[in-house]
Amino acid sequence: MADGTSTTIDLPRRVRAAGPKNSGFSRFLQRRSTIAVLLCSPLIVLVGALVIYPAFYAIYLSMLNKKMTQFIGFGNFTFLFKRDTFKLVIFQSTLFAVSAVLLKALLGFVLAHLMHNIPGRAQRIWRGLLLVPWVIPLALSCLGWWWLFDPSYSAFNWILGQFGIDPVPWLGRGWSARICMIVVNVWFGTPFFLIMYLAALKSVPEQLYEAASIDGASAMQKLRYVTLPMMRNIISITVLFSLIVTFADFDIVRLLTAGGPENMTHVFATYAFVSGIQSGDIPLGSAISLFMVPILGVAAFFVLRGVTQRTKEIGA
Amino acid sequence: MSKKTLSRRSALILGSTAAALPLVHIRTAGAAGKLSIGFWDHWVPAGNDAMKKQIAAFSEKHKVDVQADFITSVGSKNLLTIAAEAQAKTGHDVQSFPSWEVHNNADNLEPVDDLMKALMGKYGEVSSSATYLGRVKGRWMAVPSSSGSQNKPPCARISMMKDMAGLDVKAMYPSAGGGPGKQDDWTWDAFLKAAEACQKGGKPFGIGLGQTTDSEDFAGALFAAYGAELVNAKGDITVKTEPVRQVMEYAQKLVKVLPPDAVSYDDASNNRALISGQSALICNPPSAWAVALRDNKTIAEDCWTISMPKGPKGRMVPSLFYLWGIWKFSPNKSAAKELIMFLSERENVEERCAKVLGYDIPPFDSMLDFKIWEDVGPPKGTVYNYPIRKEHGAIPWVAMSPAPPEIAVQAYNQGIHSTMFAKLKSGQTIDQTMAWAQNELEGFVR
Repeated sequence: MADGTSTTIDLPRRVRAAGPKNSGFSRFLQRRSTIAVLLCSPLIVLVGALVIYPAFYAIYLSMLNKKMTQFIGFGNFTFLFKRDTFKLVIFQSTLFAVSAVLLKALLGFVLAHLMHNIPGRAQRIWRGLLLVPWVIPLALSCLGWWWLFDPSYSAFNWILGQFGIDPVPWLGRGWSARICMIVVNVWFGTPFFLIMYLAALKSVPEQLYEAASIDGASAMQKLRYVTLPMMRNIISITVLFSLIVTFADFDIVRLLTAGGPENMTHVFATYAFVSGIQSGDIPLGSAISLFMVPILGVAAFFVLRGVTQRTKEIGA
Repeated sequence: MSKKTLSRRSALILGSTAAALPLVHIRTAGAAGKLSIGFWDHWVPAGNDAMKKQIAAFSEKHKVDVQADFITSVGSKNLLTIAAEAQAKTGHDVQSFPSWEVHNNADNLEPVDDLMKALMGKYGEVSSSATYLGRVKGRWMAVPSSSGSQNKPPCARISMMKDMAGLDVKAMYPSAGGGPGKQDDWTWDAFLKAAEACQKGGKPFGIGLGQTTDSEDFAGALFAAYGAELVNAKGDITVKTEPVRQVMEYAQKLVKVLPPDAVSYDDASNNRALISGQSALICNPPSAWAVALRDNKTIAEDCWTISMPKGPKGRMVPSLFYLWGIWKFSPNKSAAKELIMFLSERENVEERCAKVLGYDIPPFDSMLDFKIWEDVGPPKGTVYNYPIRKEHGAIPWVAMSPAPPEIAVQAYNQGIHSTMFAKLKSGQTIDQTMAWAQNELEGFVR
């Protein structure tokens, strides 16, 4: 520990003093760093096998021709840039991810504040209830939404029908289908923001608000000059994490529209599936799925750098 | 008491005898090796049971330990399994390859010309669509199977077609012994008139325009009936041709009378449209009728399967086949071939077909006379015209054929035909739609 309160224990020296049997190897094994690595090794192996290897394999695949017999470098990527449908996929993925994340962040922020002000037991009940969408497996909740939007027997249309309004083909028109996708993603993902922001709010020292009140700060000023600066790191990390996950979303689009109508709801993952698995062009599918990696990588770099800098400023 | 010790020699003899025991043990089911096969998980549960029974009989007869897995096509799990096995070069010995997957995986498959020669010698001609899907560069790379193979002809409501469109579907396509049908007038123009009439009557034809197999199969058959090819057999893009424009002009009228949500139809939407009584006609295998029989018997009793309408170039019936292929990496190819031969025997095909109420279409023309299609009902003979019969003068058709399969598979799975119709429905012009198709297909020809 580097907080200045801990006492360093010279374990190897003490062990050495205990007897002549301690070899260099056993000293090596008893080092804290060695123990740490050994304890982490199952996880390292798991991450290597299930994340790092597949990632590099996907990069390798994306550089092969359709038959996977020839190395073609960035051929698949340059090909994709020429395709109108792929341009539509880029637009749709960006629209889907950015608007869904912004809405989730906004709703999560508002809900977290509302929740923070609910006292005691009632807060626990509301917290539990609001977490339900996030707890239900996404595939199942998507089926529920699909029944609500169902082309022929939509529950929403039934309600509209009660008021004499014509049925709406929710998933049958490009823009309404796109909005439906975003709505479902926001419904599912908002509780994650809520819980993160609520945790962040609870960690803001009450004294800061008291001091602000003494200085005559309004509620908006407290939000702007106390709450937001204290939550900046959490907001950045949550938005980054959610952006990555939302860009990689598959279930919602696959289950609700399978990319239709007229390819207008395809996102990278669903289009990669159609091109790679269903159409038998695995290298092209890999290229599609890797398309956002550099952009998200750069975004992650800057966001995390900002977080580190702010942490240092707070610590200084 | 004498103390008997075990000498080193005795121990060696005993040990070697014990080790040899498993080599001479009684022959069991696995004596001729192990075999694993991935079947398609049948929509009709009885289909899996019938298959299991036949596998057990084969296992017993040939002393092969067979492991049969039934892999669902829901969520394309079967495609994922095939892709994973092809990458890993390990897995099942035999796989059920849906339609295009034989071409996609031809390099990893064991040729089965010997099996096909024997089967064709015994049962005659193979369906032309099965041939298109199973033969790669002149060689059979998989054996067409009946399990899961299907046609998608119209399943019409007898009363609605009579009352709204003035068509007697039972007279057009009678059941066994019903004499010659009055099918000559069943053309795409007649289809359009009937669709318009039923739409006016509030029961539109449940034809989807989504990017799904049902939608694409229907649209592909319509294109073919007009001789319209988006890509020809040589791989040239032939979108900007007169037959394609003709189809577009026809489709512009048809899409107007399809349900407003047709573009968001999935493969179950048309079934639901029929079963709920909302639609006068859908194009589907008899599974929709079978579910209606379970859930809404009155509707099932009013269903009659007929053949596809006729166009200038013929009467094309949407057709899809599953094929059994043996991976090159299979360690037990001979047993795999024996199993495929066994399952392809007429009596076994017929037994399975009967269990699934006639859903499965056999690949051999000589097997299209199974009794089940005559007997099943109500109404009796409702699916008699589900298999293509000689009197239909119809041709089984795979959407996007005769394009080279490596191009066709992409165009099929991305629903180019049906998306063209969807674009017309959304108000785009014929020229815009054809330009879009041209651009898309250029991406597939590379």
